[in-house]
Amino acid sequence: MTGPEASRSYIEAAAPQHPSLLDPTHQLDALFGVVNIPNVVWIDEAGIIVRPAEAGWPGDRQELPASMMASMPKVGRSRTAPRRPSGVPAADVLKSGQDRSHYADAIRDWVDNGAASVHALSPSEVIARSQPRSIAVSEGAAQFELANHLWRAGQRDLAIAHFNESHRLQPDNWTYRRQAWSAFSNERVGGEFGRFVQGPLEGEEDAWPFASDFRSDVSVLAEGQYYPATL
Amino acid sequence: MIIDSLDITADQFATGTGWDIKTQGACKAEVCVPLAPSVRFDVLAVAERLRMAVVHDATAGLWAIGPESLGDRALVSAQAPELVLDDINGVPFRLSSLRGQKVVLVSWSPY
Repeated sequence: MTGPEASRSYIEAAAPQHPSLLDPTHQLDALFGVVNIPNVVWIDEAGIIVRPAEAGWPGDRQELPASMMASMPKVGRSRTAPRRPSGVPAADVLKSGQDRSHYADAIRDWVDNGAASVHALSPSEVIARSQPRSIAVSEGAAQFELANHLWRAGQRDLAIAHFNESHRLQPDNWTYRRQAWSAFSNERVGGEFGRFVQGPLEGEEDAWPFASDFRSDVSVLAEGQYYPATL
Repeated sequence: MIIDSLDITADQFATGTGWDIKTQGACKAEVCVPLAPSVRFDVLAVAERLRMAVVHDATAGLWAIGPESLGDRALVSAQAPELVLDDINGVPFRLSSLRGQKVVLVSWSPY
């Protein structure tokens, strides 16, 4: 989802005092190494990054509303998705890793203590802890940018081929995957929650054009692999 | 960055990638990568020097230039790159306008 209307209701409901910006071309991926959401970057008064992109939350995990979950259609699995379930429930994978309840306190400590905070990293640590980026990852970014551009231009088949290439080239970039699955599902399922259906509808697996889907990919992860702990 | 021709200027390249072409080479923050002397800007040569992948879609008539992969990390400098994004009403906002304040940049998505 990239248009302002996808975000407007959330931003207006929260009415934040800080700027809320749209990133339809995923500049945060290319410029900061964001590979999943939520991801957080800390930048000091001089414009120096003191923590590179990492998972971070305002508090403990919040579940989606039960009424919303009840309205979700039954979702199948991609024909080519991995078939090696780890046995760890998806909810445990998604809530593990980073300690959510302490993340906001870490930010407060930095606000109070600046560079003396134990959470503020040196420039060399910031660079070393930023996401790995090989030439294959750069190609994945180029493939994703083409895919996104072509999708928004209505050239679906061309876009899907580039989406799949981006997924192959940087398998651990969840924003590439979820953007593609969400955009496709939003058109197929529609409605208020269509974009949350990030896999084929049950019985429509043959029409799903992606190599995998959200539920299948999460099912092969162990705890801490979806949101790595960084604090 | 997306381009429909390889005949682009150094200024266009800088706007799309954040890498300025200067006399000492291609520069971003404090990092400068020397370039071979050339009469005119050669996007493919500069992209190769910065280890940026270039992907071509012949059907669409487009090229995409990936981000630099120098040092095999997403960041080549701790200096925050400039980021210009629209707010929900289409008004551009520059990250650099927040200099002098601590910034917590949070990325999220409604999915």
